Amino acid sequence: MNRLALRMLFGDRAKYAMMISGIMFATILMTQGAALFAGVMSWTSSTLRNVRAELWVTDPMVDQIGDTRPLRDTDVSRVRSVDGVAWAAPIYQGMMQARLFDGNSRLVTLIGIDATTLAGAPEHMVAGRLEDLRLPNAVIVDEYGAERLGESYGRKFRIGDEFELNDHEARVVGICKAARSFTGGPYLYTTYDRAMQYAPPQRKMLSFVIAAAKPGLDPHQVAARIAKATGLRVFTENQFMWSTVWWYVTNTGIPINIGTLVFLGFIVGVAISGQTFYAFVLENMKNLGALKAMGASTGRMCGMLVLQSVTVGLIGYGIGVGVVALMGHFLLKLGKVPFLLVWQIPAGSLVAVLLICVISALIGIARVARIEAAIVFRT
Amino acid sequence: MKRIPPRTHRPLPPGLALSLGSIEKSFGSGDSLTPVLRKTDFSAKLGELLLLVGPSGCGKTTLLSILAGTLHADAGEIEVLGYPLHAMTEAQRTEFRSRHLGFIFQQFNLIPTVSVAENVAVPLLIQGHSIAGATARAKAVLERVGLGSKVDERPSRLSGGQQQRVAIARALVHEPPLVVCDEPTSALDRENGLQVMELLREIARDPGRTVVVVTHDPRIYHFGDRMAEMEDGRIFRVLESTEAIVSAHGRH
Repeated sequence: MNRLALRMLFGDRAKYAMMISGIMFATILMTQGAALFAGVMSWTSSTLRNVRAELWVTDPMVDQIGDTRPLRDTDVSRVRSVDGVAWAAPIYQGMMQARLFDGNSRLVTLIGIDATTLAGAPEHMVAGRLEDLRLPNAVIVDEYGAERLGESYGRKFRIGDEFELNDHEARVVGICKAARSFTGGPYLYTTYDRAMQYAPPQRKMLSFVIAAAKPGLDPHQVAARIAKATGLRVFTENQFMWSTVWWYVTNTGIPINIGTLVFLGFIVGVAISGQTFYAFVLENMKNLGALKAMGASTGRMCGMLVLQSVTVGLIGYGIGVGVVALMGHFLLKLGKVPFLLVWQIPAGSLVAVLLICVISALIGIARVARIEAAIVFRT
Repeated sequence: MKRIPPRTHRPLPPGLALSLGSIEKSFGSGDSLTPVLRKTDFSAKLGELLLLVGPSGCGKTTLLSILAGTLHADAGEIEVLGYPLHAMTEAQRTEFRSRHLGFIFQQFNLIPTVSVAENVAVPLLIQGHSIAGATARAKAVLERVGLGSKVDERPSRLSGGQQQRVAIARALVHEPPLVVCDEPTSALDRENGLQVMELLREIARDPGRTVVVVTHDPRIYHFGDRMAEMEDGRIFRVLESTEAIVSAHGRH
């Protein structure tokens, strides 16, 4: 009977294609939307992936990485003095305009790291040497920045190219890999002291203190000790990432906008597939009635409908996820669109698609359950 | 069979396939309540082709539905092949139909998207047979009805007469003792109609089988071994032989 159910489904090519399309579009909308959301959220905390540290010490009022409320320079020493801290280093983070060779300017995220330890430095250099950051006026620019800032030269930035930051010379000594920032500006790395020269002066300039627990110690316990000793807020890297994501979820319209897209995807799936499946059931009502007359139980026919619905769902889902993966591949190649397809997203889409299938099947089942076997004698 | 109650303790008289006594059935409710069957009695013998005839709306299709177990009577006793249909649950009647009844419908009701052989195999698939075994058996029955060369065709590629023969093969594939036919020739021309009735008469020659045909097609009356005539929800006359049928209605 299962084979019969599938043959009935595949035989009605127009409706079969329609149902597959409905599920496919629903899958694309839901998966793409969720992947965009995950991508945007990952961009919000990109500094955390570009400046790797076990512990982040911030002002007590800070909830997310983009919110820099300056600390006192002495806070670095206070953190270092806490029992269990292996090391601590200052970090400057600020948005600045980079003035280019042709007079144009570009917004950049400037990261200042400790010149001695280079703690928080980029992990993957594409060109140049990290140690050259200690040279006068040296900056390391990320790949996206090399492309964007190099537009004034009509090519990508090379080592030795120059531009201005707040009327100070900046010379490229290296190009690194870095995650894209939420603001869209490239990341520039320099030493903390030089960042103080580039950045507009304020009474306090220290954005964060990064630190690490001594080997063998629980970072959470060390974080608690630092917070108790200094009165500052201390996050582990993971805590800071989730705190940042949660801040954007609760303080921006991003989840509502993208959530609406995902919800619309679900509705599209239910509307197209449910309606087409119902039409498919209605069209087969005489045949289903004949099956019932010939002794097929209501349960068995409902099983046939569920099989048909789930088959359509899984095929449409497979195609949809494949399309999203391809789109993601090309979007990531472009590098300008936030896109993060973690396994939980296709898994969630699968659950949603199966829910669509269940709803579609239930619509059909409600009809089939009411079929009287005697319907076949009433033509 | 486990869900079907045992055969009645009052077995039908020898040679009788089914017996319906004082059957009542109405449709609608309140002021729109329409009685369709009024204390109708009906019986059929093993090894006969019984015609159930009458004008439109007289209740013959309703009676066929009740004796086939697809419709529940409001009152009366229905003994079919020794089973008390009136006392069975819906699930038990469904199981009963799958094992003991073959159906031939006016519009054939073949599934258009599957092959002729797979259509014929449906009753066996409902019983839980494997697709390979069911299809092999279906092909053998299709040979018997003269459609051995059409097993892989879609029903839409067959003529009306061929489609009805496929439906007959489907009704026989699980060798049911009772075959019910609802206007089996009404969608066919004279020649195909006569061929179909020849086939049904041959089927009814099996002493362990009964064929009940609802019709108002006078061209096929002479195929009946007996004829029950209905009017206004009751059987008013039963013609007990082919000769009596021809004598009463002529030969068209």
